[in-house]
Amino acid sequence: MKYVDEYRSAPLVKGVIEEIRRTVTRPWTLMEICGGQTHAIVRHGIDQLLPPEIELVHGPGCPVCVTPLELIDKALEIASQPNVIFCSYGDMLRVPGSSRDLFSVKAQGGDVRVVYSPLDAVALAEKNPGKQVVFFAIGFETTAPPNVMSVLHAQRLGLTNYSILVSHVRVPPAIKAILSSPENRVQAFLLAGHVSAVMGYHEYPPLLEEFQIPMVVTGFEPLDIVQGILKAVQLLESGRIEIANAYQRAVTFEGLRPAQESIRQVFMECDRKWRGIGTIPMSGWCLRPEFDLFNAEKRFDVGTISTQESSLCIAGQILQGLKRPHDCPAFGRECKTESPLGATMVSSEGACAAYYKYGRQFQSMISTN
Amino acid sequence: MCLGVPGKIVETYEKAGLQMAKVDFGGVFREACLNYVPDAKVGEYCIIHVGFAISILSESEAMETLELLKQIGSFAEEIGTG
Repeated sequence: MKYVDEYRSAPLVKGVIEEIRRTVTRPWTLMEICGGQTHAIVRHGIDQLLPPEIELVHGPGCPVCVTPLELIDKALEIASQPNVIFCSYGDMLRVPGSSRDLFSVKAQGGDVRVVYSPLDAVALAEKNPGKQVVFFAIGFETTAPPNVMSVLHAQRLGLTNYSILVSHVRVPPAIKAILSSPENRVQAFLLAGHVSAVMGYHEYPPLLEEFQIPMVVTGFEPLDIVQGILKAVQLLESGRIEIANAYQRAVTFEGLRPAQESIRQVFMECDRKWRGIGTIPMSGWCLRPEFDLFNAEKRFDVGTISTQESSLCIAGQILQGLKRPHDCPAFGRECKTESPLGATMVSSEGACAAYYKYGRQFQSMISTN
Repeated sequence: MCLGVPGKIVETYEKAGLQMAKVDFGGVFREACLNYVPDAKVGEYCIIHVGFAISILSESEAMETLELLKQIGSFAEEIGTG
């Protein structure tokens, strides 16, 4: 397929990795923000092909992983109500809440549906005027334009039975929180390619200035990823504090202006709690008050929710790049993809799920024996 | 979640006030919303994310990058490390 096959060329990837090997002179720690990139890195074995000086730590860019437990419990409450069709992306169904997940709500008779696009949820609301249709609107900047379009479209259609449960998060405040931690080890960031396709990369220069750290906009195919790593290593080795774009075919500095305008029309910035990490100031988006009609938290009174996290799970430290999955004593033992303790083991973007799926638990067993 | 797949626009049309397209993903066809890329034309490739085009792919930028990376690869080979 065009724009895919040529970026999976093994000889080209090897050539770029050789160039990384020739460029690097000392240890560097890089963080890829996006969980999709984490999976591509582990799936293609890029982490094992890189010279030993390069350490990749995995960032918080997994929306399913960082959606706060309170909101998952709220989703479970809403989905359990009669007369509700609860729509979500598939990843979210197995994420453990305090005592159950959306799959178990479905098993108990709740009308929980997996949709491909939020517009599918709007179509369900159109077809079912007697039901309340709720869409679980989670995600980073990439997912915001589709979610806000669903609200604008429902408003245009005059629907009064469509609402979204919002748990939107943004990359720049997360990077700031990671860099502000006294335990931070990250020396360069690989920025998420599709977040940047929407937002551009004009938000980052103040972070470069404040924290003196280079960043590289990076795509998702193996060749994109090694190119992003090469660029980051070149910047680090030459001491240049710059932002580079290694995903030029899809990303511009300005980003997608019409999408940014729609986001501003529907969402406003707010404090947001990140599961396992805590509240990061102004790190989220929520609906503006003029869209209260479409706000599931206003429409459904679910009362006070008390939450209960697993005491074994260290997902919070993994999401901040402080630890890696095989540092967790429960990894591959009490916590597996079939019986996850935390969301990082569930999501197709979670670092624990990537390590588990591609056999890194055996590698850690070998190295510790 | 931020997964995006490149697809080729084969047809554009309006549906319930939205600008829509039929998109070809290597032989599999799906519908996508073009409201955020109003300049996208039939024959062009876009990144499609949850049924929305979020970027028109630039052929010239793609060619330039590939050329550069091919040069890096052949250079590594020349000096015997490839």
